[in-house]
Amino acid sequence: MNIVVCIKQVPDTTEVKINPVTGTLIREGVPSIMNPDDKGGLEFALQLKDKYGAHVTVITMGLPQAEAILREALAMGVDRAILLTDRRLGGADTLATSSAIAGALRTMDFDLIVTGRQAIDGDTAQVGPQIAEHLDLPQVSYMADLKYDEATKTFTVKKQLEDGYQILEMQAPCVVTALASAVQPRYMTVNGIVTAWDKEVEVWNADRINVPEDHIGKAGSPTSVFKSFPKQLKPAGQTFEVSPEEAVELIVNKLKEKHII
Amino acid sequence: MNLTEYKDVYVFAEQRDGKLQNVALELLGKARELADANQEKVVAMLLGKDVKPLAQTLIEHGADRVLVVDHDLLKDYMTEPYTEAITAITTEFKPSIMLIGATTIGRDLGPRVSARNRTGLTADATKLEISDDEAHEFRMTRPAFGGNLMATILCKNHRPQMSTVRPGVMQKMAADASRKGEVVDYKVDFDVKKISRVKLVKTVKEEKTVADISEAKILVSGGRGVGTKDGFAKLEALAKELGGEVSSSRAMVDAGVMDQSRQVGQTGKTVRPNLYLACGISGAIQHLAGMEESELIVAINKDKFAPIFSVADLGIVGDLHKIVPMLTERLRTMQR
Repeated sequence: MNIVVCIKQVPDTTEVKINPVTGTLIREGVPSIMNPDDKGGLEFALQLKDKYGAHVTVITMGLPQAEAILREALAMGVDRAILLTDRRLGGADTLATSSAIAGALRTMDFDLIVTGRQAIDGDTAQVGPQIAEHLDLPQVSYMADLKYDEATKTFTVKKQLEDGYQILEMQAPCVVTALASAVQPRYMTVNGIVTAWDKEVEVWNADRINVPEDHIGKAGSPTSVFKSFPKQLKPAGQTFEVSPEEAVELIVNKLKEKHII
Repeated sequence: MNLTEYKDVYVFAEQRDGKLQNVALELLGKARELADANQEKVVAMLLGKDVKPLAQTLIEHGADRVLVVDHDLLKDYMTEPYTEAITAITTEFKPSIMLIGATTIGRDLGPRVSARNRTGLTADATKLEISDDEAHEFRMTRPAFGGNLMATILCKNHRPQMSTVRPGVMQKMAADASRKGEVVDYKVDFDVKKISRVKLVKTVKEEKTVADISEAKILVSGGRGVGTKDGFAKLEALAKELGGEVSSSRAMVDAGVMDQSRQVGQTGKTVRPNLYLACGISGAIQHLAGMEESELIVAINKDKFAPIFSVADLGIVGDLHKIVPMLTERLRTMQR
């Protein structure tokens, strides 16, 4: 079985702070990490490797420094790592991103493609299903569990819903998008870390993927950012530093004023 | 693509087990506003099995036209048949705008439809508007960078201009039984072979042990300052007295004190209750993203520099463990 896991390097958005004076993002010192849902997906893939001897490839599209998460994946136990990096792929929205990654996947052998459900910097949850569409493959998103039957090449997938879950069956080749909360990713092993640096990270550019120029990068992006701005918070009310008794009075009066009580 | 051929605002009217989802009605409310700004129509796309009776509700909440696609293959939501039905509609009717609820269903369907139609999809917009200049541009604003920034997105040269919207973000219109609309049966030729690639074995409903916090009118919400389950018991007593529910920050969910279904914020639920009483919540930007639209925000926190005070209508610097029980007692005596 061949599995390709699509991963992304993201800023750890929980570490982002806002400059209270200028209202702008403080980007310096924000660590870059492997996107949590992608890491969950990678763990599912590695479990299939443990059980069935699957060959696991990771691919990421991004800046050259995204190599760091590929090294991390190698240290966790993947067999092959590909960095798709090219200026011509930059400025891509989800459709252009998925077109480029789908182009890369088309040149590879796979039974299963795994992506994370969504990335914490964009929270769109679009790229996985869009890859599936470009490759004309079936998908199950919000994957919370995955089983495989070797004889029939069938995956049994648990899909998480708001009010329960579904069990779905799907034949290879297919796409799943994984939930980080469903699994505990393994740690890199000491041996893995050492050997990760001996392994090759393949670097691919846009010529390698054979996707029309108008389907990638900025030119292939139907959406564009008109403007971005720091979040406008509503003006603060009043804050009081008073005794608990007075605090209770203040709250009760406010609730009365607003007809809550 | 001749953009002038594309018109009207289409809404995916999500239903589950024959029950319309609230988000569908919320989207109709917004769609009505957008369509009126361009003198266009609101069209609801109602997919399912034996769902036609729901069309009237959609009309009462703002739809001018309801396209009903009724088919066995659409009984339960499945990616491929739903994508095929929506794509048949976009191909024939050429919508200008399409809105989809950002549920597990909508976030599975939306990207698939956008890729099949090679158009843009804005995820989880919090604001949708038609610009009031001559361009009449459709502007979709969403949180970016984990809620730290807002970005306004355009989809200039592709149609439909698609966006998902999280439940609870838009407001539905009051139902108007006198509204008139057209209900149209729409037939779709399905690609049965393609659809058969995924089989639904079963759907399991998990017993809802807790109320849906995004529906609650009053939320008493606890963060790190509440600390323990015992701390939350105080909040529960207050919530009970106020007729509300208890919700939580991410910290208390990660700590295993509260269930994820009660989490407010970027990775939890978006809420806009009449009262949001934040107890011991510092107010990380991801948390504020999920509750700042609340009508009235009261915050109690020991740290007078806590960011929560920047969005609170009333802020109390103090010990919630003293104030909350006293407030509960005070409300109890007022009732008598």
